[in-house]
Amino acid sequence: MSLFLWGLAIIIIGGLASLFSGRKPGLATFLGSVSVVVGSVIAVVPAFKVLLTGSIESLQLNWSVPSGSFFIQIDPISALFLIPILGLTAVAAIYGAEYLWAYREKKNLGVPWFFYNLLLAGMMLVVVARNGLLFLVAWEIMSLASFFLVTFEYEKPMVRQAGWIYLIATHIGTAFLIVFFILLGRHAGSLDFDKVSEIPSSLASILFVLAVIGFGTKAGFMPFHVWLPYAHPAAPSHVSAVMSGVMIKTGVYGLVRALTLLGMPPVWWCWALIAIGAISGVLGVLFALAQHDLKRLLAYHSVENIGIITIGLGVGLLGINMNSPTLAILGFGGGLLHVINHAVFKGLLFLGAGAVLHSSGTGHIDLLGGLIKRMPVTAFTFLVGSIAISGLPPLNGFISEFLIYLGVFKNGFAGGFESIIPALVVIGSLALIGGLALACFTKAFGVIFLGEPRSNYAKQVHEVGFCMKSSMVILATLCVLLGICSPWVIKSAENVIFEITSIPLETIQTELAATSAVLMNIVIISLVLLGLTITFAVLRKLMLSTRGIRQVGTWDCGYAKPDARMQYTAASFAQPLTDLFKMFLRSLKKISPVKGIFPAQSAFHTDTSDISEKYMYQPLFSWVSSSFSRLRWLQQGRLQIYILYIALTLWILLIWKLM
Amino acid sequence: MNNAADIIMIFLVLTNLMLLGLSRLGACIRFVALQGVALGFLPLILNHWDMEVHLVIFSIVIISLKGIVFPWMLNRTLRELASQREVEPFIGYGISIIAGTITLVMCMWLSSRLPFPEPLMSPLIVPVAFFTIMSGLFLIISRKKALTQVLGYLVLENGIYAFGVALVGKQPMLVELGILLDIFVAVFVMGIAIFHINREFDHIDTDQLSRLRS
Repeated sequence: MSLFLWGLAIIIIGGLASLFSGRKPGLATFLGSVSVVVGSVIAVVPAFKVLLTGSIESLQLNWSVPSGSFFIQIDPISALFLIPILGLTAVAAIYGAEYLWAYREKKNLGVPWFFYNLLLAGMMLVVVARNGLLFLVAWEIMSLASFFLVTFEYEKPMVRQAGWIYLIATHIGTAFLIVFFILLGRHAGSLDFDKVSEIPSSLASILFVLAVIGFGTKAGFMPFHVWLPYAHPAAPSHVSAVMSGVMIKTGVYGLVRALTLLGMPPVWWCWALIAIGAISGVLGVLFALAQHDLKRLLAYHSVENIGIITIGLGVGLLGINMNSPTLAILGFGGGLLHVINHAVFKGLLFLGAGAVLHSSGTGHIDLLGGLIKRMPVTAFTFLVGSIAISGLPPLNGFISEFLIYLGVFKNGFAGGFESIIPALVVIGSLALIGGLALACFTKAFGVIFLGEPRSNYAKQVHEVGFCMKSSMVILATLCVLLGICSPWVIKSAENVIFEITSIPLETIQTELAATSAVLMNIVIISLVLLGLTITFAVLRKLMLSTRGIRQVGTWDCGYAKPDARMQYTAASFAQPLTDLFKMFLRSLKKISPVKGIFPAQSAFHTDTSDISEKYMYQPLFSWVSSSFSRLRWLQQGRLQIYILYIALTLWILLIWKLM
Repeated sequence: MNNAADIIMIFLVLTNLMLLGLSRLGACIRFVALQGVALGFLPLILNHWDMEVHLVIFSIVIISLKGIVFPWMLNRTLRELASQREVEPFIGYGISIIAGTITLVMCMWLSSRLPFPEPLMSPLIVPVAFFTIMSGLFLIISRKKALTQVLGYLVLENGIYAFGVALVGKQPMLVELGILLDIFVAVFVMGIAIFHINREFDHIDTDQLSRLRS
């Protein structure tokens, strides 16, 4: 525990020091990034210790705030979330040092580093806090620090709008959480988590709904995800990586923590989580498919992956409810491993997107193309991330999805009717998500990195520097390692699963050992295939080395004068799929079609806005604003009138209380 | 019996009513100053002229701030403004005084309903303190000029001060110093604000500012 506190202190002090040395961009960058890396390395030690041994470390100090106490504890659940938080934030800090350097003349670099360190400190506190008030304070620190990071380039109107949307969304979520903790605390008589016991089922259900909405807003469940497609593109890329990779996972953490507090789940909770997961997953990837902006596309993929995690949690919860250890272990195991895996590959993809943005100056997919020739490292690492996020073996994204599949397969076809239905729903939606994600990343990788440059943005690119490259390489290596070492990695989840489900440790160990044996086969087959591929590649290289290689234009398809604009665009590549699902997507198309034998200029434009934003939030907020505008007459613009309101309120309260 | 305290309380009531009915800004400033000086003696009186050092210093600070510094600042502002030296009320002087008397009755009723932990030095002190607070609020609400609003705030603060002295007895220092600091800042800020409003718009009528709302 003391190592954790030391790490936290280094991170906070480093942030403050960076803030005060803002005049010297070099010093501010050094202090900010080095303190994050050093602090994370120190603080991650106790997290690993707790995760592997299953011991629990806690610290309780008095705090002079009413019903608050400085009660922090690292248990295996916290440790599982702490590791990706510390790891990804540290790697992204190395990247950010180079990424932010480009702004050194326009902006004070001390400010983003201060908020970056504060964001990390907030996330660390959120996952260890064991008191409702402390949790909410940490939650707000995290939310506000990330708000200031999102609005880093506040001079752009789009960024300001994104900042407002994020701020409002996060506070609506917090409002639900405040109610959640008040109700929980009133029942338990204390806001400390360890005092909670035996919640009556009606109250537990209310608390569950509050937790799903409150934490789901942060995590990005459909339809509470609207802030993600705005905030992630607006933030600097290393911040998007942290926000998408780990910050939204604090929502998942909160939900898991709430589930451990609420006791035995009724069956509808499980269905609710599976349904939310399936909807978020499928719709998230569909909307990603229709996007033209790389970071917005990745933001929708975060919604998709949160969906997969939630399906895992729902399956695990169903396992507890149906008293089926296999389902519970594999469901929670898969969902929680996906938390780590998603942090790695989504962090990697956002860093790759940042590298593209950094060197080309645009994130618009249809303006890019052919980047693999000029940015080989970025392209290769982005490819690794794309394979991982599409859930292809043997990379890490596959492992966690595979655990969920395995759980429902084993249980679904062993049990009766009521266990086949969840199996069908889960397998169907996971398969759909995986396929669509693959299509989406084929589109993104193909259009951005392959082919010929589509505009001058893509022609002027150059490979990024050492810091950015190295952090992407670290994450890409992790993607591969987590996949190949998965038979051993999943065994480390035993203490977490024990903490959540209270299934005897021996059952968990035997179940995980069986799974690990299956995974071993997959890894061996994949390694053999990979080895064969590499052998053939080497052979090809050897055979070609004696012959001359000629460079010709790509994709000329027999045309005499090919042009870069003849290539597939992102929209045309995705068109068959977006048309298939146009019922959900409701894309706006503007076509001026080709006419006649000698066609003149024609144009095609699509725009896919978010359905929940367009059909749910916009009507809701315009109704709210029109009903509030009826109260406009109260706002006279006169100071005297406003003070009269205060005086009247005072009088009414006094008279009402003293009558 | 605390006759001196009662006299000060009655003096407060009279000055409040006077302020509600006065039309000259200069006279208003003088009455607020007088009120402040009278209140400065209150802690000494309530402690039976017990000449403890901190009480004496406290009284001197209060009297010099409320009786000298604030009126001096306000008078200076008034001279520099060189605008019309009249109060310009939204609510006429006669109606203001009538409203004041009704408020006084209400305050008497209120204080009779308020439970207090121990008997107070003077039965008048709570209703009068309330009445002073309410008069201050009334002045702020019903007068146009920004300067009158500063005066209203000062009267309001006098009321809070009287209340604090009555309740906390011997230890009003902390409470009062806190409040005083707030008011000092408020007077400062408002003084600057009035100066700027005057420079921008050539007048200090706050109701003209309502055109600024969107």
